Amino acid sequence: MARSKNPNGIQGNVTMKIIPGLRKNRVQDVRSAAKQDVEYSSQWKLIYKRFKKHKLARISMIVLGLLYFGAIFAQFIAPYSLESYDSKYVNAPPMTIRFVDADGKFHIQPFVYGLKSARDPETMRKIFQSDPEVRYKLQLFVKAEPYKFLGLFKTDIHLFGVEQPGRLFMFGTDSMGRDLFSRIILGSQISLSIPLVGVGISFVLGILIGGVSGYFGGWLDSFIQRIIEIIRSFPTIPLWMALSAAIPPRIPVVTMYFYIVIILALIGWTDLARVVRGKFFSLKNEDYVLAAKISGVSDSKIIVRHLLPGFLSYLIVATTLAIPAMILGETTMSFLGLGIRSPATSWGVLLQEAQKIENVSLYPWKLIPLGSVIVAVMAFNFMGDGLRDAADPYKR
Amino acid sequence: MLSYIVKRIVLVIPVVFFISIVVFYIIQLPPGDYVSNYSAQMMKMGDVMTDADKAEMRSALGLDRPVYEQYAIWMKKIFTKGDFGFSFNYNKPVTEVIKQYMGLTLVVSLVSMFFQYLVAIPVGIYTAVKQYSIGDYVFSGISFLGMATPHFLLAIILMFLSYTWFGDPLLGLFSQEYVNAPWSWDKVQDLAKHMVIPVIIIGLAGTADMIRVMRGQMLDELNKPYVLTARAKGLSEGKILLKYPTRAAMNPIVSTLGWSLTNIFTGSTITAIVLNLQIQGPVMFNALLGQDMYLAGTWLLFMALLTVLGTLISDILLAWLDPKIRTEFRGT
Repeated sequence: MARSKNPNGIQGNVTMKIIPGLRKNRVQDVRSAAKQDVEYSSQWKLIYKRFKKHKLARISMIVLGLLYFGAIFAQFIAPYSLESYDSKYVNAPPMTIRFVDADGKFHIQPFVYGLKSARDPETMRKIFQSDPEVRYKLQLFVKAEPYKFLGLFKTDIHLFGVEQPGRLFMFGTDSMGRDLFSRIILGSQISLSIPLVGVGISFVLGILIGGVSGYFGGWLDSFIQRIIEIIRSFPTIPLWMALSAAIPPRIPVVTMYFYIVIILALIGWTDLARVVRGKFFSLKNEDYVLAAKISGVSDSKIIVRHLLPGFLSYLIVATTLAIPAMILGETTMSFLGLGIRSPATSWGVLLQEAQKIENVSLYPWKLIPLGSVIVAVMAFNFMGDGLRDAADPYKR
Repeated sequence: MLSYIVKRIVLVIPVVFFISIVVFYIIQLPPGDYVSNYSAQMMKMGDVMTDADKAEMRSALGLDRPVYEQYAIWMKKIFTKGDFGFSFNYNKPVTEVIKQYMGLTLVVSLVSMFFQYLVAIPVGIYTAVKQYSIGDYVFSGISFLGMATPHFLLAIILMFLSYTWFGDPLLGLFSQEYVNAPWSWDKVQDLAKHMVIPVIIIGLAGTADMIRVMRGQMLDELNKPYVLTARAKGLSEGKILLKYPTRAAMNPIVSTLGWSLTNIFTGSTITAIVLNLQIQGPVMFNALLGQDMYLAGTWLLFMALLTVLGTLISDILLAWLDPKIRTEFRGT
């Protein structure tokens, strides 16, 4: 592993006061000159400008925005709640929302056909057929099961639904007769927030530990590096499995949630800490840091004012690119039954039903949650790529 | 170079020591132990174990001693006798259980790795030479999809396709009639048929990554002046491509050989569970869940050792290929 050299240069307390007046004037001079002749853009503005040019990244950002919007307002958007099930509609296929009925008549208001169940004459399996005789109109802002809007107040208005006693299963139902569309939206609350919280913890740990390691160097640095090396020598998947197996069964969903976040973050922070440390090493020997030191600026101020802005953009990119692995990690754990458990749901939990090949061949719509996983992971990947290109000042 | 290798190897020893402690701590983490698990299973079958029975079983298995003593005994046996402990589930020494599954695990891993290089290098070269062509977009798209799809689900989709096209989901590594049959040409053929899906799934994750690296490296190399010189001297395009830029671009791929083998080894775990392969993944998964602690611990230790070794090999290869790293290491 390559390690940059530990500088033994000027590190002592070189205190020298610069005449305060002179310094201020200089800064003003440069600013006013910049305003007159050339256009002045901040670092973030430049990054934003370059990011805008990256089409795929922009589309990905919109997609992610929609996904997270859906997760925040999940209870409002989902027609049915987590607890709702109907044993009459087990493994019902997805319904088509129609404008034209069986007689070829066009309706302004979209509708779905009712479902009628029958038996497959060969296998005696229950199958569903749409019944063109019965039509249920699709409605906006229908009253259905009550829930707490954003956890603030109680309401029973859902974004859309069908008139009673009809049922709306846009993506079909699962083996307990629960609406898959509602469950994907509700599951996204967990599947999309776990990586964010996990990455947040990694981010804070990475900055703190990597910063200490990189800025102070010496024995502290070697010590931290050894710890990181040990953590990194554990293969990710077996370690996740071992730790998840250690989570006691029958614990509240919230506790479970935090266990998983911590397990995911446990490995994630080492990557970020290494990025931060490397950047600290390369930046702390720059002339401007030396200048700040000579002027008697305190350590903490040098870190916050002079070093952090130099690599914050890299750090944000590294964080974005760490999210997909966490989404996949949570999905995998839940899929194996080691992660989120019912009554809560996540995309991984939903995919458990796709574990059996018979299930997939008979009810292919059970693979739909896979689509949302792929879309979310790809969108984060593309956005991270776009951010990386945008944050690199030497590109083009 | 030699001093670099020696230094790197010496650095590994304390890391391995700490890893073994952490591993032992992790396998102690789950609530309860093998005995409580075993008695719960017995309960289901209608056999109630008294507390005295449990205590006796614990002392027989050495589970009643303090954790550090158990660890010390485990380590001592490994070093003096090469004995990694006893698997409670299999009622056999751990080494025998591992031996039983190691052969097929190695076969699957090595074939997957071979597949990875076989696909990634040509595709990487192709996408770089024909940059922005339709083929480039198709392969780049596939490799992005390969990175975004969880492997185990890809496995299900491929099984589903194989089921609808050939009427056989190709579950496991052997057909029913060959599982316990002695080795024969037919059995090898059967194994080869069943290995197609696992190899694609296990290899694909690394392949997607490798294609991106190879493509990037090739693009860098293709724009260098020596390519122009070779062309000016009238060398054929094929010769130019294979003789110079490809060789230079292979460096990072070759030097990460150690990592990719460990990645395949650990990455195959979940695919193997889903596809029900008779390799180490499912065995260890059950060991973890069933608190078969020495088996699970040996496996974790083995995986971690592989990762350390993989990194070591890659570091040495890197230093061998790139003199800059050697000098930097000496500097610290």
